[in-house]
Amino acid sequence: MMHRGPVDDRLGIKYGAGGRAMRALIERVCLAGLGPSPVEGIGLSAMDDGAAIRVGDRWLVITTDSHVVHPIVFPGGDIGRLAVAGTVNDLAMMGATEPLALTCALVIEEGFARADLEAVYASIRAACEEAGATIVTGDTKVMGRGELDGIILNTAGVAFCDRVVPDSGLQPGDAIILTGTAGDHGMAIMAARHKLALEGDLRSDVAPINGLVRAALAAGGQAVVAMKDPTRGGVSSALHEMAEKGHVGIVVEEAAVRVRREVRAACDLLGIDPLLVANEGKALIGVRAGSADRVLAAVRAHPLGAEASIVARCIGEHAGAVILDTGFGRRMLAEPEGELLPRIC
Amino acid sequence: MTNAERDGGAAELKFRDPARARGLVEALVRRTAEIGRAPISVMHVCGSHEQAIAKFGLRSLFPKGLNVIMGPGCPVCITDTPEVDEGVVLARQGIRIATYGDMVRVPGTVMSLADARGAGAKIHVIYSAMQAVELARSTTDEVVFFATGFETTAVATAAVVLGGLPRNLSILSAHKYIPPVMEIVAEMPDTRVEGFLAAGHAATITGSAVFEPFVARHGRPVVVAGFEPLDILAGLVKLLELIRDRAPAVVNMFPRCVTRDGNRAAQQQLWKVFQPMGGRWRGIAHVPNGNLRLRDEYAAIDARRRHVIDLASLWDYAPPALAQSCICGNIMSGLASPTDCKLFGQECTPESPVGACMVSTEGACRIWHQYGGHPDLGGGA
Amino acid sequence: MCLGVPGRVLEVSGNVATVDFWGVRRQVQLDVIDEPVAPGDYILNHVGFAIRRIPESEIAETLALYEQIIAQAEQDDLMAGDVRSEIAASGGGDRDER
Repeated sequence: MMHRGPVDDRLGIKYGAGGRAMRALIERVCLAGLGPSPVEGIGLSAMDDGAAIRVGDRWLVITTDSHVVHPIVFPGGDIGRLAVAGTVNDLAMMGATEPLALTCALVIEEGFARADLEAVYASIRAACEEAGATIVTGDTKVMGRGELDGIILNTAGVAFCDRVVPDSGLQPGDAIILTGTAGDHGMAIMAARHKLALEGDLRSDVAPINGLVRAALAAGGQAVVAMKDPTRGGVSSALHEMAEKGHVGIVVEEAAVRVRREVRAACDLLGIDPLLVANEGKALIGVRAGSADRVLAAVRAHPLGAEASIVARCIGEHAGAVILDTGFGRRMLAEPEGELLPRIC
Repeated sequence: MTNAERDGGAAELKFRDPARARGLVEALVRRTAEIGRAPISVMHVCGSHEQAIAKFGLRSLFPKGLNVIMGPGCPVCITDTPEVDEGVVLARQGIRIATYGDMVRVPGTVMSLADARGAGAKIHVIYSAMQAVELARSTTDEVVFFATGFETTAVATAAVVLGGLPRNLSILSAHKYIPPVMEIVAEMPDTRVEGFLAAGHAATITGSAVFEPFVARHGRPVVVAGFEPLDILAGLVKLLELIRDRAPAVVNMFPRCVTRDGNRAAQQQLWKVFQPMGGRWRGIAHVPNGNLRLRDEYAAIDARRRHVIDLASLWDYAPPALAQSCICGNIMSGLASPTDCKLFGQECTPESPVGACMVSTEGACRIWHQYGGHPDLGGGA
Repeated sequence: MCLGVPGRVLEVSGNVATVDFWGVRRQVQLDVIDEPVAPGDYILNHVGFAIRRIPESEIAETLALYEQIIAQAEQDDLMAGDVRSEIAASGGGDRDER
């Protein structure tokens, strides 16, 4: 797999941003350091949303995530909901929509308020109920004041499934469905974090979407060939990975991507492209062309998929590239460079 | 979702209509053909023009005989390394730095503000100059507003200064002034730029009259254009008409925001607080009157005079000789292309940029590096 | 330069206006604008400061100007109509070499 760029001696914030720098880090430091780790199934070197290991005639899917969002409470959710949804959704992206069990490990800063922690756990419980998931084990640590920023949650999830859907399965001619509006989570976080004083309903879309994915798989079966959730780095990052791993070009029809008007307005004001903004309750689903409409209908019938649309098609040319048809002309869609920042120019 | 919902204000202001855009593109094709030589090079001097051109995919619509060059119009990208270093040095002294998002990742000699933050500095990203004031009021720490941007943005800084600053706030001005650099490009020997698209928002402040002496001196037309797709296309059509007719003139194609005299109130505030001084722009060498610095009357709130900024403390290495090999100036004048530069793709990459053309996400070198030039994404006309 | 975004004034209080950007609202400073603004006016916002009141009449006039440019170009070439329908028929996204 071709990857880009050297890795710096000091690892700046861009290495966690979900884009090229992060993938370079994983490849050159993590994978290289761990050495070959062969597994019967999808292992570390695939750098997919999770791993899949053959157990008997089924697949055991495993994923893990650390959650460091700030502020820890934001419009639409909190770090607890994010932790559960993130892990459940990673499992779902691999095709495992019935979580078997989740773990939740906690690290808090000395002085963290008990009431705040209770609120986080209430969110975790509610999200688990929505997803049909259970936390079965965890860990608890407290670090000194100033040694970390508030709270970090780490979750892991396991599930069985009969068929694994990789993020590398795209072929020319396939259609790509985005299950809802783009940019909700990242803009809500940005507005809150930088105190941008924007009034309007900017709220995260954070939600477990395993039920939605289950509906898509039920409708499409083997015609669902690739899935990925557009979290950090937005739709752009996720599509770049899918294009690269599938060796296809992807043409996105910008007009087909739905954006809430509040998100559109905030993006215009701050000079940000909604396609580069994180989502936490959406999926990109790659489908063979003949089944696209059927899968789309199934997704739209689900409460979390009402705004779903076919946003892109795969082509044989420009393999690895993501092209945007703006309605005026076409351009290459860039990947975001590290964290998104408001710009003035 | 209706168009109004989708595009909000811009659709309400109707300047994103694809049908009209197609009509304007045809006009562009026709005018290019009428001029009868190729390529015709025109330059815009605004990062936001390039952002808009890129965002709407307009490049794939330009006729092949028309070369629309991105000039030195990104105020952050042309902020030279010593200026970035000033901000970094202050940040490492423990002073809180408030700055616009654009500035955070621009490389200095050793590091960017983002890198300094990684090493423990307190960098606050703000959207408006007022937030620097709010930040200073919320803390007893010293705060410096690292103020970047062209004259349009300097106006906001001036307003904030005139409103009175909290005691713990001072201004590090890296503001730039655009008209002088157009002179430099026009005066470059062998420059191929035949006309300029001027930035509509800066002209909202300065007025279109500010370009009249330039046109008289250099005999090249200037069209002031807005930033919606129709504005840019219509501006280019008008510019080509002026080139075709050999009519050097200033034409205002953005009358909804720009008048001949501009915003006098804003100008007064701007020149009350700032004076133009010469300085080096990244990749462009010396630009007389290209920098805006605080007047002596404001020495008390000038970060350069309030704080000791010892750049040598950052320079364990010799200042980069690389900068001397950078040919951004020639690229911006249409005399060279990125692949003519010996640093391109080697010492100068998006991850470690040397010149402005690689710093800017829409700079010629950056685009070449990422996409191998301008790939043919649907055929040019 | 730079990111200037139009918005519509909702209310004015001293030298601060509350402006609607068709989805979000924000306070905008009026320190540098050169004429008074009232609710209903359109302004051009740059980094939280209004730098210009956008007169509605200019909007219509500018659109008319662009129409004129298009019409002028069409007049110069009798084939314009055919070319246009070719483009429309091919879906609008392709630009063939002429």
